[in-house]
Amino acid sequence: MNKWFKTGTPWIWLNAGAVAVSLTMVFGLILMIAVNGLSFFWPSDVIEFEYQTSEQSEPVRVMGELSRSETMTAQAMRETGIDVPEGQEIVVRHLVKRGNRDLDSRDFRWYVEDFMSEWERPRDAVVLERLQWGNFYGYISEFRVDGEVVAEGSGAREAFEARIPETRSLVQQIERIERVEIGRVNFALEQIRLAERGLERDETLSEEARAERHEALQAEREALDAEYSDLEAERNQLRQEVGRYALTLQTADGQESSIDLSQVVNAWWPNDMNIPQKLGHYVVTFWDFMTGFPREANTEGGILPAIFGTVLMVLLMSIVVTPFGVLAAIYLREYAKQGPLVRTIRISVNNLAGVPSIVFGVFGLGFFVYLIGGNIDQIFFQDALPSPTFGSPAIIWASLTLALLTLPVVIVSTEEGLTRIGSSIRHGSLALGATKAETLWRLIVPLSAPAMMTGLILAVARAAGEVAPLMLVGVVKLAPNLPMDGNFPYLHLDRAFMHLGYHIYDVGFKSPNVEAGRPLVYATALVLVLLIIVLNLTAISIRNHLREKYRADSD
Amino acid sequence: MSDTQTHAVNVAQNNQAPRGLNLDREDICLTAEDLSLYYGEDQALKGLDIRIPKNRITAFIGPSGCGKSTFLRCFNRMNDLIDSVHIDGTIRLDGADIYDKSVDIPELRRRVGMVFQKPNPFPKSIYENVAYGLRLQGVKNRRKLDEVVEKSLKRAALWDEVKDRLHENAFGLSGGQQQRLVIARAIAIDPEVLLLDEPCSALDPLATLKIEELMIELKKDYTLVIVTHNMQQAARVSDYTAFMYMGELIEYADTDTLFTSPAKKQTEDYITGRFG
Repeated sequence: MNKWFKTGTPWIWLNAGAVAVSLTMVFGLILMIAVNGLSFFWPSDVIEFEYQTSEQSEPVRVMGELSRSETMTAQAMRETGIDVPEGQEIVVRHLVKRGNRDLDSRDFRWYVEDFMSEWERPRDAVVLERLQWGNFYGYISEFRVDGEVVAEGSGAREAFEARIPETRSLVQQIERIERVEIGRVNFALEQIRLAERGLERDETLSEEARAERHEALQAEREALDAEYSDLEAERNQLRQEVGRYALTLQTADGQESSIDLSQVVNAWWPNDMNIPQKLGHYVVTFWDFMTGFPREANTEGGILPAIFGTVLMVLLMSIVVTPFGVLAAIYLREYAKQGPLVRTIRISVNNLAGVPSIVFGVFGLGFFVYLIGGNIDQIFFQDALPSPTFGSPAIIWASLTLALLTLPVVIVSTEEGLTRIGSSIRHGSLALGATKAETLWRLIVPLSAPAMMTGLILAVARAAGEVAPLMLVGVVKLAPNLPMDGNFPYLHLDRAFMHLGYHIYDVGFKSPNVEAGRPLVYATALVLVLLIIVLNLTAISIRNHLREKYRADSD
Repeated sequence: MSDTQTHAVNVAQNNQAPRGLNLDREDICLTAEDLSLYYGEDQALKGLDIRIPKNRITAFIGPSGCGKSTFLRCFNRMNDLIDSVHIDGTIRLDGADIYDKSVDIPELRRRVGMVFQKPNPFPKSIYENVAYGLRLQGVKNRRKLDEVVEKSLKRAALWDEVKDRLHENAFGLSGGQQQRLVIARAIAIDPEVLLLDEPCSALDPLATLKIEELMIELKKDYTLVIVTHNMQQAARVSDYTAFMYMGELIEYADTDTLFTSPAKKQTEDYITGRFG
């Protein structure tokens, strides 16, 4: 035994074991997120069954998707007031997503298996994804045009199916008008309003000039108002066109309801789909999720603004932190006289990395948002006051706060890279008549570029996953506009933005409908993880390219 | 050698001083006058005087720690990079004091090139290594760069070996090739003096031979000063040799004289291998 210890074998096992545990955890985590997140988009079968809790009670028909099942002891069930037959030890119960939030307040409900009977998977059961009230599960009984019933039963389904592509394109047109065109007009109107206020405050202008400018602005405003009403008319017309078509729906328990086609986002008959059809549906829903805007308190729709906000914030942060960190590191390592002062600074910088991120958030709010942003408003955006422009949480402040947070990482890696370049290369350059600055910029900085990229990679990994400080300096639950659009100056750094990390928190823990949000949490988490991986891989490939270019002995 | 014989040699030398060092017919390129160097409080060089002739190879030999490398680095002011170093005395390059306040150090280093003990090519392509010094001087003309790179590599006897892979990383070369590349890099900016600090100590005998041949070739155009541990090398390539010990210049003579009939006992002991 003693000999076995001396051979070092136990160490190998111990080390390998540690690696194995780490790998298992990483892959387990990713696998769990992936399985839970990706299964959300799969059109699972809709079941219908009869539910009767006791002899006396009226049986009800229930339809929905099986969400998950669990086994409980009969004792525990009895304690919750459910009357399980005597002599039974365990009970299986199923969570069913029933949808139809407009008709029945609870869309997720547990059903005890013992009381369920007559399971079936009706082929004509339809799932409608709606703009409001979540999914509908049931049957289509009538298809109506201008209030007239034109098809019934299976004919209604065919007529409806034929109409879906047309409706989808019309709805997209309406959305485009609302989001892009009307957004543009509103933006321009706001600019005019601000210009008018500026005009009033400007005391250098003569009375006539002021009147002249005022008139010009007035004319512009009228033109925009006209454009606005045109757009509105166009939109209303499209809406009317879509609204001509409607469906009469019937739920499993016999309730009737009616829906405009304009309210239908998507429709499918899961029990009547084969695997390729389901795959196609899967891809489409996933794409919609990635490129859509959120609806219904973020529990429905897509996450495009969150993806966009996260990426943009990380890019802005990288643009700020890289030059800043690199310059600081070069000064500390190359120019500053190494002594107690520099040592203190270096220790402080390293310790900065250990400060809890929420503290950076508080600092960002106090320093960037209120002090700097407030002063920018005072000086440049007085017309808009008291409503703040830069003096409120915004993407620029979030990026700067995160840049500050990740600065130590960049400084430390850059310094390490600079140290690794030995004096022999520096002396070689100096001996050729290069000044210190020339040696630095022609030789040392390019050579340590891979180390800088390493710092940036670590910074990106940290920044993309950070949520706590962002909640104070720029992230919101729902941003009406993306921080980048077609209106000058295109990049709106003063806007608040959405972030995947915060989106996860919001949907998972603050939404009114936790059950419905759960798969979205996983799906969003998966997207966040993938996004970080993509950002990292990009940076790593750039670094490897640089490494190859400046391949040195020591590598 | 017996005591009496040594004495006889000493007497003879004193009578015919400076026997073995006749620089009258040489152009003097570098002179050191009463040069002392201190590392903080420690004196590393003690009042050295030397005159180094133009287009000749002058070797500095001596045991480890005798200050020969430090001395060499005084000629292109590389010692300035060490904060604690303090230098007294003067070094003249073509008559002008290089420690004068008005001297532009990068300009001086352009005139006095240096090759180090360990080959130190930059982690760039072979071409860029050689072109580095020219690019520093702002040369951008591609044709001019090509021309100088080729010329320098040819003079460093490396051209035939690397002409097909000029744009590959210099670390792909062998140690001897790297050292010749570094020499090519140094002569690309056309210096007046080339300082070589134990250029062959990291190389195998064959590569050493090549460098030695190269040095003899180069002295037609440059003044070479070489520090070496290897006395055979000094004897083979140099025209003049200075023996240093404990920061002092013990003996300076033409190479034949120094190796065949040294004037000082310490020199003789060292070259016959009795210490060092």
